[in-house]
Amino acid sequence: MSQTVFEPWNDPDAKPLIQFKNVTKRFGEFTAIDNQSFDIYEKEFFALLGPSGCGKTTMMRMLAGFETPTEGTILLGGQDIAPFPPNKRAVNMMFQSYALFPHLSVWDNIAFGLKRDGKPKDEIAARVEEMLKLTRLEQFARRKPHQISGGQRQRVALARSLAKAPKLLLLDEPLGALDAKLRQATQFELMDIQEKTGTTFVIVTHDQEEAMTVASRVAVMDNGKIIQADTPQVIYEAPASRYVADFIGDVNLIDGMAEAREGGAVAAPTEPEAAKKAEPEAPTAQEPEAPAADPARRAPQPNERGKWLHDKLFKYILGPREDAPKQLPPPTPEESKASAPVSQADVAAPGGIAIHWAEGQPPIIASNGDPALAGQRVTLAVRPEKLGISKDRPEASNALRGKVIDIAYLGNLSTYHVELANGTMVKAQLANTRRVAQRDITWEDEVWISFRDTAGVVLSE
Amino acid sequence: MRRATLILLPYLWLLALFLVPFIIVLKISLSDIALAIPPYTPTLDVSEGWRGIRDFFAGLDFENFVFLTTDDLYWKAYISSLKIAFIATFCTLLVGYPIAYGMANAPDHWRPTLMMLVILPFWTSFLIRVYSWMGILSTEGYLNQLLLGMGLISEPLTILNTPVAVYIGIVYTYLPFMILPIYSALERMDGSLLEAAEDLGCSRFKAFWLITVPLSKTGIIAGCFLVFIPTIGEFVIPSLLGGSQTLMIGKVLWEEFFNNRDWPVASAVAVVLLLILIIPIVLFQRNEQKQREAEG
Repeated sequence: MSQTVFEPWNDPDAKPLIQFKNVTKRFGEFTAIDNQSFDIYEKEFFALLGPSGCGKTTMMRMLAGFETPTEGTILLGGQDIAPFPPNKRAVNMMFQSYALFPHLSVWDNIAFGLKRDGKPKDEIAARVEEMLKLTRLEQFARRKPHQISGGQRQRVALARSLAKAPKLLLLDEPLGALDAKLRQATQFELMDIQEKTGTTFVIVTHDQEEAMTVASRVAVMDNGKIIQADTPQVIYEAPASRYVADFIGDVNLIDGMAEAREGGAVAAPTEPEAAKKAEPEAPTAQEPEAPAADPARRAPQPNERGKWLHDKLFKYILGPREDAPKQLPPPTPEESKASAPVSQADVAAPGGIAIHWAEGQPPIIASNGDPALAGQRVTLAVRPEKLGISKDRPEASNALRGKVIDIAYLGNLSTYHVELANGTMVKAQLANTRRVAQRDITWEDEVWISFRDTAGVVLSE
Repeated sequence: MRRATLILLPYLWLLALFLVPFIIVLKISLSDIALAIPPYTPTLDVSEGWRGIRDFFAGLDFENFVFLTTDDLYWKAYISSLKIAFIATFCTLLVGYPIAYGMANAPDHWRPTLMMLVILPFWTSFLIRVYSWMGILSTEGYLNQLLLGMGLISEPLTILNTPVAVYIGIVYTYLPFMILPIYSALERMDGSLLEAAEDLGCSRFKAFWLITVPLSKTGIIAGCFLVFIPTIGEFVIPSLLGGSQTLMIGKVLWEEFFNNRDWPVASAVAVVLLLILIIPIVLFQRNEQKQREAEG
């Protein structure tokens, strides 16, 4: 990796800006934060992500000074911050409700913190103007908070909390009150401002997409503990636990028994070979070939009265009734080929593990699995977009038979809900590169789900 | 049409219960005292037709208002009333604000109980409550007995029949009117505003002064008006607790009406009192409206 990549957490010499050292926070009997130690580095955009009540807000409020740890210490730049009340910390917070002072104008809201420092007037004015410019609020300076829109209020809150140039800025669900479109635009704005000011940002959110978008590192929390703290890519592609895999995005979890695969070049071909041999028996043994789904069954049909009405009246206007339901034209051969998920022949790499997930079915090959897991129950986590779906058996390390139960059309994507032989439901996501009318897979179709031997992540419990 | 009817309703109410009585009082204030029933002239005699109406208006003059300026009792009473009302309102604010603040910051399940306690005194007659203060404040009263018993004082304090007793009575009586509007203003306040102020470098006290107080301004103003206005014309408290030393316009008015039976002068006193009260309120409201318009 080149030197320009920003990852101080991998640099043993980097000095963290914030250090949590065995921090525990209890509210009476309830433990909100459970003995946590972690570091946040300068200029980082650190996201605390988790469901409500997981302790992420408590974590932030301890940094701001509104809560004190029951045990352990928090260091800011190497100094214990416990003795400093919130008004003496070089930490500012942007509140979820924005907490703009309703009786003060936008200008005075931004100047509020600067005035408390007793800075000279012209200096305050210059800084406020700078902040207004940064957040593009110049023309709203004289307005009161209730006279501007939600997005503008959000920017005022950001400008106010940045005005004192804090070492650390805390953002508590900063975009929660904005609608989806505005939120997306604001996420990029936040990243831009973070880069421009070089301030360390810690953001608390329950929106995993938001955390993934803005953060340099994401800490996934549950029940007062950080389960995994890593870059968005690692969190998504290599979740360390079932919880993280499930919490971030959509995932297919397939449970099974791990068996070590033989490493080395010799063993490799035998395994898929065996899988292929076992293949033809599986569907016949498990489920007698289901009759081809009759598309007419799903099409709405008129009842007796409807037929009568049509024959007596509508026939003359609309023409004769078609008994046969309208059907999509069958796909051309090229189209069928294009929809094949794994274009090149895919041969599994040697080593790793095979997962026996259902009786009578070939095991799933995970060449990236740890052979030490052999004999244990494991879970394979595969993202829906890593699954291919096709009508013909594809050349892939893993090909599983299933039936399409449901199709969710999302516009750019379609998600196919496919029931596997043992009743496991998996989701396969396909980009709709062609228009729906040309889609050749529909409800009740027998399909093949395929994925590479490295597509999933093997998780032990 | 329906909207007009709806608007008409409050106007009719105001007309019947405020404007008509006021016009009657105004008319009496322009009349002359007479030994008759009612005790003033002229009275409108419609049976005489047009001439009766003309005689009636010819009989009205501003004599009584001129009289008010000749006797310094009246303006002294007005000034004294204003002074007492100002001081009493300020004291009520000093006592009421912390109570309202405490209520607004009390745990949620406590608030209905606290609210109940504030309103509870209204369930007893106002007169009886003021009387009971006589029992507490008199030289042989409970307060003096308590203080003497504790050895804090060696001889009883004279509180009853002094202005201090009047202030105590007014603060006690009008406290709920101060607490409730302030409480409702404070209760609406978002707690994160204070955290934000602290986060931006305020001490707790500074945050209270810069955020809480300005945001409860509307409650403070409403509470002050609700105390100030009835206090100026207050009659019962000064006459029961204030003794003969305390000069208040309400007492003067009462004496003119019932002791001197001089209805015209008493009415003139009442009209002037109303003007004293209305003018600042109207000015204040106009100012508020201007501010709101300036803010857009």
